[in-house]
Amino acid sequence: MMEAVAKKRVSLRINGVEQAYEVEPRLLLVDLLRDVVGLTGTHVGCDTSICGACTVMLNGAAVKSCTVLAVQAQGGDVLTIEGLANGDRLHPIQEAFWECHGLQCGFCTPGMILSAHQLLIRNPKPTENEIRHALDGNLCRCTGYQHIVDAVQYAAKRMREKPKTRRRS
Amino acid sequence: MPVSKLVGARIKRREDPALIRGLGQYVDDVRLPEMLHVAVLRSPHAHAKIKSIDAAAARQHPGVVAVVTGEELRDQIATLPTTADNPTLRIPKHHVLAVDKVCYVGEGVAAVVAEDRYAARDALDLIQMEYEPLPVVTDPEKALAAGSPVIHSEWPDNMAFRWEHKQGDVDKAFKQAHRIVKQRLVHQRLAPIAIETRGVVARYLAPEQQLTVWSATQIPHLLKTHLSQMLKLPENLVRVIAPDVGGGFGSKLNVYAEEALLGYLALKLNRPVKWSEERRENMQATIHGRGQVGDVEAAVKKDGTILGLRYKVVADIGAYHQLFTPAIPPFTGLMLSGCYKIPTISIEVIAAFTNKMSTDAYRGAGRPEATYVIERLMDRIAQELKIDPVKLRKTNFPAAKEFPFKTATGLAYDSGNYQLALNRALKLAGYEKLRREQKRMRSRGRYLGIGLSTYVEICAMGPGFWEYGKVEVDADGKVKVCSGASPHGQGQKTSFAQIVADQLSVPLKDIEVVHGDTAAVAKGIGTFGSRATAVGGIAVYQAAEKVREKARELASHLLEVDADDLVFSDGRFGVKGVPRKALTIQQIAQQAQTAKNLPEGMEPGLSADSTFEPANFTFPFGTHICVVEVEPQTGNVEVRKYVAVDDCGKVINPLLVDGQVQGGIVQGVGQALYEGVVYDENGQLVTGSLMDYALPRAADLPRLQLARTETPSPVNPLGLKGIGEAGTIGSTPAVVSAVVDALAPFGVTHIDMPLTPQKIWTLCQGKKAASGGHR
Repeated sequence: MMEAVAKKRVSLRINGVEQAYEVEPRLLLVDLLRDVVGLTGTHVGCDTSICGACTVMLNGAAVKSCTVLAVQAQGGDVLTIEGLANGDRLHPIQEAFWECHGLQCGFCTPGMILSAHQLLIRNPKPTENEIRHALDGNLCRCTGYQHIVDAVQYAAKRMREKPKTRRRS
Repeated sequence: MPVSKLVGARIKRREDPALIRGLGQYVDDVRLPEMLHVAVLRSPHAHAKIKSIDAAAARQHPGVVAVVTGEELRDQIATLPTTADNPTLRIPKHHVLAVDKVCYVGEGVAAVVAEDRYAARDALDLIQMEYEPLPVVTDPEKALAAGSPVIHSEWPDNMAFRWEHKQGDVDKAFKQAHRIVKQRLVHQRLAPIAIETRGVVARYLAPEQQLTVWSATQIPHLLKTHLSQMLKLPENLVRVIAPDVGGGFGSKLNVYAEEALLGYLALKLNRPVKWSEERRENMQATIHGRGQVGDVEAAVKKDGTILGLRYKVVADIGAYHQLFTPAIPPFTGLMLSGCYKIPTISIEVIAAFTNKMSTDAYRGAGRPEATYVIERLMDRIAQELKIDPVKLRKTNFPAAKEFPFKTATGLAYDSGNYQLALNRALKLAGYEKLRREQKRMRSRGRYLGIGLSTYVEICAMGPGFWEYGKVEVDADGKVKVCSGASPHGQGQKTSFAQIVADQLSVPLKDIEVVHGDTAAVAKGIGTFGSRATAVGGIAVYQAAEKVREKARELASHLLEVDADDLVFSDGRFGVKGVPRKALTIQQIAQQAQTAKNLPEGMEPGLSADSTFEPANFTFPFGTHICVVEVEPQTGNVEVRKYVAVDDCGKVINPLLVDGQVQGGIVQGVGQALYEGVVYDENGQLVTGSLMDYALPRAADLPRLQLARTETPSPVNPLGLKGIGEAGTIGSTPAVVSAVVDALAPFGVTHIDMPLTPQKIWTLCQGKKAASGGHR
């Protein structure tokens, strides 16, 4: 692996924008996002897909981008934490993490929010137990998880109420 | 103190908007033009001579700019620092990269600098190392035994230091005792595991001769001083920036080899350099915590009154001292008597070098060990004397009126009401009902256990460690607060703003809190030992008070009234009885800035700074109750209920305090049930990744039930005590005692942490539970 390896072209959509890069085939998706694209909101915590700090959405599913090659995302649709808010308007999950003190150092937070995002797409009304199990692939060392669970419950409630609010207005 | 509006309120954090959008700036996010990347080659041997290093092939590798070894650096960078004033302390030379020999797996031996991260990593594989393995010792007790391999040949054995304390006639107490209760206790090594690993960026600006180091550190100002000494640079040309830091828990309260190495490389190569620690490196070469094994014995009267305590403990130091390594085991000694009246005490700490990474401060740092010893001992006494553990504790508590309470270890506990916290916790948990449920369940072959821990800890470090704060009101009325504390998740940008908002009657949104940059904050110590708010917050409070008094003096001059005739309310200095004659703090700030009409001798500007060094430590306390169900057939432990009543004195922001308590408890549960750094007998790190080192996960725990009592500290003007570590300190004995209590029918009296299913299952094998119904 010491010799220079031919670069591969990878085209993908990142936070709604079509992008194309020439990358080494071994380049990890997380390194593409952080070092090449400059989206540093996705973090690396363990290198072995245990901690979940690098979680992003790839084609609608939460994946650990430290164990996905950039070339595997060819033609894919990637959503990172930077793409979750709608302009200045925070996504309800982001708002909920703020409201419920769901973060302390904030390092696990982007991955945690995207895992919660996947959960709430699949299950808009999760029980506490379901939330705890859905977040099992994301480690947080600061919060003890309780305020994170509170945040997901808060977001779920707000996201269910939202259509009603819209109708009223 | 004026009437509080914001202090005490649940205010959402001001840190969060950037972090929840992924716009935080951690060290690995720092990108500088022309930046090079550093990778460190680490020893695969726990103890070996370095016979040769051949880096020729690595230097030829495309993209590689430089390769450095220990031999090259030994005269360029001073050895790593440690702090302690113990006369028995032996300090081995701790080089930035190993010279001649390596003493633990993961010790750095060479570093590659390359144009990108991948190239630097590739080149590491091209460095040819030749080692001659030496005999290894990893067990601290074996390391002290005769005939052990000696790690540092400057001394005849592996003793790193001793620390002793004796008070009263301990032997007499043991002669008079109704019973002597003994227990051996192991505090396993732990890995702190901040989710952000360490990282360093360094840049040297040749024209200004200024070195800037970005580091994931808890102590930017201390690091600046040490880097200037290690790199032999004037301190005023070194700047350290702790940007957003992704958790520390003590692991970033240090001066690490890589911080000096990167500084050196930036200077030498005159290009910015970056090193980002991989998790495997973090497990090998970032400090570990705990690592103590000891024998405790208590002399007790028939009613459970403790007459005396003896504790002999061996502390596992690892191969070298890191910054505070020698200070941690004595903390265990100082806090050993817990929240009890113990008239005579004898403590002997022996620290041993082993072929492992250094231990140092990890959340709690000596206090979880002390609390675990005394609380497990209390439960052993309760078992042996057949006294309820609650009653035993009440028998030995000092009464609330006995504070300040002097301990046999030489401390003066500032304030406390241990009965109150215990009673609150019992009520919240429904203790009597739980005991009845336990009895019922046992009769049906199910094993519920109730564990109790009444803890006291030492916080607000403390005498000898001041902290700095500055408050500045600009001409537009906006306020800048600078603090020498360097929080990394604790939320002081919010809580310090609350303190200042109350003092100056300024809206929160107009206050900016700055920390973590030695160029922006004149001086400071840092965040550790639950001190940021109870010491750093007081420095900020005092600075704000000075600003208010200066504003009063200027208002008195401008309004032409006596300062005593001014009332400060709602951000205005008004003349008593003449409500319309008033100046807002913003108007005063503007006058102070333009300085056209100042009283004689007054300097322009409305700002003040302050340092605060407390006269004593503070001593938060509380009661934790853990309820578990244990399945003897599988060894599985389910935490069913967890109640914590903590007393951290006055509270600035209850939301943040809850967060600290919850996080701390879960880390303590992690120690009790899952975590442990394991080295094999060859010194290989078996738990080298997060696949092997088990951390608590969201699904491992039930909802924690928290409550507080509030006993203000007399040590500082806000009555604060500190809360950063309490959860980790109170929790481990509660969890372990709960599991032991559940397994009492199997004759179990103690299990060493972590309480893995395998350990529990093995203990229960072949044993028949005693008939249910009694404890």
